[in-house]
Amino acid sequence: MLEVRNISKTYEDKPLLKNISFAVGMGETVCLLGKSGSGKSTLLRIIGGLEEPEAGQILWNGIDLTSTPAHLRDFGLVFQDYALFPHLNVYDNIAFGLKMRRMAQGEIYWRVANSLEMVNLSGFERRNVTDLSGGEQQRVALARALAPRPRQLMFDEPLGALDRALREDLLNELRSILRETDIPAIYVTHDQEEAFAIADRVLILHDGNILREGTPVDIWANPGSAWLAEFLGLGNVIKGTVIGNDKVQTTFGDFINDCTHKHQRGDEVHLLVRPLSAEKAPVATEGNSRNETNLLQGIVKDVMFQHDRFKVTLDNDLCIHLSEAPRVGQQISVRVKVECLA
Amino acid sequence: MNQKIKHGDTETRGFSLNIPVPSWLKGRFFLWLFPLSFLIIFFFFPLSRIFALTLNTSALTPENLRIAYSALRFTFYQATLSTILTLLLGLPSAYLFARYEFRGKSLLRALTAIPFMLPTVVVAAGFNALLGQRGLIPSFFPHSSFNFIGTLTAILVAHIFYNTTIIIRVVENALSSLDPKLEQAARSLGAASRQVWWNITLPLLRPSLLASSLLVFLFDFTSFGVILLLGGPKFSTIEVEIYLRVLRLPDLPLAALLSVIQLICTLIFSILYSRIVTRTTVQTTPRSAGSNIRKPKTLRERIFVTAFIFLLASFFLLPLSALPFRSLFRIEADRGQRGEVQYGFTTDYYTELFVNRRGSVFYVPPIQATINSLGYAGATVVLSLLLGFPAALALAKPTRVERILDPLIMLPLGSSAVMLGLGFIISYGAWLTSPLLVPFAHTLVALPFVIRTLQPALASIPERLRQAASSLGAPPFQVWRTIDWAILRRPTLAAATFAFTISLGEFGATLLISRPEYPTIPVAIERFLSQPGGLNYGQAMAIATILMVLTTASILLIEKFRLPGAGEF
Repeated sequence: MLEVRNISKTYEDKPLLKNISFAVGMGETVCLLGKSGSGKSTLLRIIGGLEEPEAGQILWNGIDLTSTPAHLRDFGLVFQDYALFPHLNVYDNIAFGLKMRRMAQGEIYWRVANSLEMVNLSGFERRNVTDLSGGEQQRVALARALAPRPRQLMFDEPLGALDRALREDLLNELRSILRETDIPAIYVTHDQEEAFAIADRVLILHDGNILREGTPVDIWANPGSAWLAEFLGLGNVIKGTVIGNDKVQTTFGDFINDCTHKHQRGDEVHLLVRPLSAEKAPVATEGNSRNETNLLQGIVKDVMFQHDRFKVTLDNDLCIHLSEAPRVGQQISVRVKVECLA
Repeated sequence: MNQKIKHGDTETRGFSLNIPVPSWLKGRFFLWLFPLSFLIIFFFFPLSRIFALTLNTSALTPENLRIAYSALRFTFYQATLSTILTLLLGLPSAYLFARYEFRGKSLLRALTAIPFMLPTVVVAAGFNALLGQRGLIPSFFPHSSFNFIGTLTAILVAHIFYNTTIIIRVVENALSSLDPKLEQAARSLGAASRQVWWNITLPLLRPSLLASSLLVFLFDFTSFGVILLLGGPKFSTIEVEIYLRVLRLPDLPLAALLSVIQLICTLIFSILYSRIVTRTTVQTTPRSAGSNIRKPKTLRERIFVTAFIFLLASFFLLPLSALPFRSLFRIEADRGQRGEVQYGFTTDYYTELFVNRRGSVFYVPPIQATINSLGYAGATVVLSLLLGFPAALALAKPTRVERILDPLIMLPLGSSAVMLGLGFIISYGAWLTSPLLVPFAHTLVALPFVIRTLQPALASIPERLRQAASSLGAPPFQVWRTIDWAILRRPTLAAATFAFTISLGEFGATLLISRPEYPTIPVAIERFLSQPGGLNYGQAMAIATILMVLTTASILLIEKFRLPGAGEF
């Protein structure tokens, strides 16, 4: 199993990766999720041996591979822009890794056919790779990485260049292939939906550190930081000050939440208001509004229909979901649940 | 309402009348009149005369065919050998430039590109100054019978010196536009560096290798000055043979036959070349810039980089610096002259340039040759700009018919200079007593370059700019001055410098048609080099140095003024 230990790397004299450590279990798919420029691709290339870390080690089953050249690591790599060899046809592209391993002709033939079948491209052997569509090219790239049956697969934004519908199809195929072959995989992406769909475990990369690590469900439920809640687009993040017993004062009103953190009076905290948690409350009258907690008030600025509900934007730029559409310009008040992000 | 429209109508009509260009001049016919007549008179007509002479019974004798065959065979032989050797130096150099970061990289790249623009006489003089019998290196070993000038080696080395930059430019470009992910993918699939090179990189480079090699071959095939000056007349390529059959052993039908063979060969190679070039655009995947270039890290990389930087720097710097050095440094090592060896710095060779030592009518002091050259170059600039401007203007927005004219105008580029000279002699032999023919020949050579420099600039001026300027109240002359001339000034200067440089260095055609009493600098250098005596040799060095400085300054000017990406052929 793969172990990444204390990897550090600077880019143009700025630290890009700071002491990164994690491991990938047998058959596990780990997703590295982060903004572009967060160093996730660099980390992947360091693992693959295409770039050298400034400090740290890459181990496989306890054996140090840090100074092993890329071609001896036996890690398959799938690139965002496919990187198919333009001068070779589909068969020769997929056979490339097998030829490098000096396999017998018959074995190569059988394995290429098998890999093509896995990605639903049987019969494409003689096709020219430059004549294929983007989706087909990415399938060939996947088949090429799968054919030598590497001990570890790595994906660098593999669906980034494809359109939405195709992306979903390929994502599903990829999930079933990874489940079938049981090859452990590292999947790099900036797209959270993709990450949450395919990963057994997600690592959030931010500022050169692993900010958060956990299952998709876990991370969704407890983002744990204002940055991550905003990055994942979970809802409104508002700043406030603790004024007593789980009570937080903000510019939007006072909020009470059952927070497990230990806060001192006067601490600065961030609260997350998920749009879906809103329910319409009777419009506050002058008098009681100051005493009530967990109320969001404002004038409706914009209403947008989304699937089965309405996305309502208020004049204070907060955003909530309601089942009934209010009028633009109307003063409304909604009761919300808040979570403390610490 | 009606009146209003009418009013506006007359106003616009009145405005268009303001433009001082008579409408007939706008006709494409007049744009083409002068350039095409010039080409017909000085290129196509002489060409037809050469063809006519070839079909003459006296040309196609078995003896002539035998001479032509052996010249053709040797031309192929030396060109093939030169191309292979150029590739051997150029390919690793291209790899060096494309893949490694090192100090002085752009300087080294510029250094390798300088010879390509230098006149052949300068390069020949440079190698002579370094390795000739009176050169710097042999003078340190006075007793060795080292011989460089007059050998095939000299020809090959000079060809490598000239053309390595072509391989470097084309292959470096291909290498750095190669998606680095392809090689990384290969490595992640288990290919070691050597396997990546043979299975991925080299096959992907094949089109650009083929194209650049063919271009190098074409230049080696038509090479004249280098072979005559460094090899001597005994190395008879087709070009040299044509020259011999015009000036030394006059046999014009044979010269014509050789020219036709030469023309057919270059035509075939040019067509092959352009077909490869159009096919080269196989893949243009977006690449992450710079990710391919790195500092040399491993010991092997460092040895390769250091050794090649040293090799390239010395190979290109030595002949170029030996020339000015030798022109200021006396080495009187000849036993026949004053008995003892004299070393030391001197400016004699330069002061000597102003003296007519022989007192003979046919001997012209070198300073006169310089004046001749400058005069010819000035005339060439004026003539080629006058002819090039209308042609470039027409080609900037060509009609369908004019698209056919484009390769026709470029045709003189593909024909050898010696052949142009031969055409002049056959067609206008009676006027050869006049020095006026020389600028016409030079214009013929320079015109394609001038047009190719001006055309993209002219095409780049959008009509909207002129309309915007006039709508802002600029009268027509102001429109021309503030829009057209502002944009065209620099390319025009570049084109003029191109013409000037080409005229200064032109050797092949000039050698055939210039009168002995009106030599140009290159012709004077050839004469000095072919005469005995340390002083003659020194003067050749001095005047070649002057030519080198003039040309290098011009190259720098061109690079400064020309539009980026313009002037590609």
